[in-house]
Amino acid sequence: MATKLMVIAVSAILINNFVLTRFLGLCPYLGVSKRLDSALGMSMAVTFVMTLASAITWLIWQFLLLPTESNLIYQVAKLFGFEATPAAFDLTYLETISFILVIASFVQFVEMVIQKISPTLYSSLGIFLPLITTNCAILGVAELNTITYHYNFLESVVHGFCAGIGFTLALLLMAGIRERLEVANIPKALKGLPLAFIIAGLMSLSFLGFTGLSFVKGG
Amino acid sequence: MIKRFWQTLKRGIAEENPVLVLALGLCPTLAVTTSAFNGLGMSVAFTFVILGSNIIVSLIRNWVPKRIRIPVYITVIASFVTIVKLFMAAFTPTLQQNLGIYVPLIVVNCIILGRAEAFASRHGIRDSIADALGMSVGFTWVLVTLGGVREILGQGTFFGLNILGSGYNPTLLMILPPGAFLTIGVMIAIMQHLRQRG
Repeated sequence: MATKLMVIAVSAILINNFVLTRFLGLCPYLGVSKRLDSALGMSMAVTFVMTLASAITWLIWQFLLLPTESNLIYQVAKLFGFEATPAAFDLTYLETISFILVIASFVQFVEMVIQKISPTLYSSLGIFLPLITTNCAILGVAELNTITYHYNFLESVVHGFCAGIGFTLALLLMAGIRERLEVANIPKALKGLPLAFIIAGLMSLSFLGFTGLSFVKGG
Repeated sequence: MIKRFWQTLKRGIAEENPVLVLALGLCPTLAVTTSAFNGLGMSVAFTFVILGSNIIVSLIRNWVPKRIRIPVYITVIASFVTIVKLFMAAFTPTLQQNLGIYVPLIVVNCIILGRAEAFASRHGIRDSIADALGMSVGFTWVLVTLGGVREILGQGTFFGLNILGSGYNPTLLMILPPGAFLTIGVMIAIMQHLRQRG
């Protein structure tokens, strides 16, 4: 169990880094990587939302969408005396719609809670939260947890958290480099986005080196 | 009428190209373009979704309360994405497998939500269709070019046809993630150069 979690963690942070090898969360990666402090705020917000969104979407997947004995809709139907098999409650095709709606409302909710509880935290994280809804990394981690990898609850949460850490790593590295670039003399056509992409390419190249890491039990 | 249609189309292809100029919708652009065919497949799915969502959003624009408009738009988009996903699973399972999680991720493609919010919710249905087509053409040419360049350099083929001959030693790097970043970086640089000059 611990080994499997360790493998998931290393794989999400280094080998399959969300930004550099899966291309998830590129918009904030390029959008807020101009300054180190805003990059830090964004990555904290993303890690936080990603971890909790992983947990919530897993619960929805397991108890509302999958056609198993533990499907809550099936349970309720049985309670009222409907004669049906769990297969009749296969709602897996609603997964995209339900995940994105839950994530959107969850982000909105977190924003309100933070604003109420800690105005200081809100002033540093608040502006990033609305942006997170359309951050493909959040929906991406939910899809990967449920459809691609079939993780259990704990594995999903660990995967979500570590994917956030991987995002943080990539974003902070990028912000550090771009702060230095501000003062560098670069060709006009490469200014801004093109150079950011080329830097990302080189970083992705170096992260490819981690592909060589292999585990006894495979990840 | 026709003239305005062409203008909208041209805007999508060059001046306001969603990928190269506005830098939106980058995740699918980079992730699926390991070959020209995959790029084209993603573009077709994208075109269907943005066309559908622009039409619906434009039709319901007067009835949607302002405060909940974003969730409403997301629901509309997600419905079309589900249609595409089920359609792909039924008729083109290979493509579905190649594109993987990036099909459901069309929901969070910022181009589609951006056009719904910035354009379709304020314009009539004909303009919205023209806008959707313009954006789609702009998206498609970038994806097919990007996929084509990566496929030619990385595998020596174009749409599966061997064009560089057996003597060509493929640059595997172009198929891997760094190749995507480097190629799009160069493409945007060329675009910026042309715009600065023109």
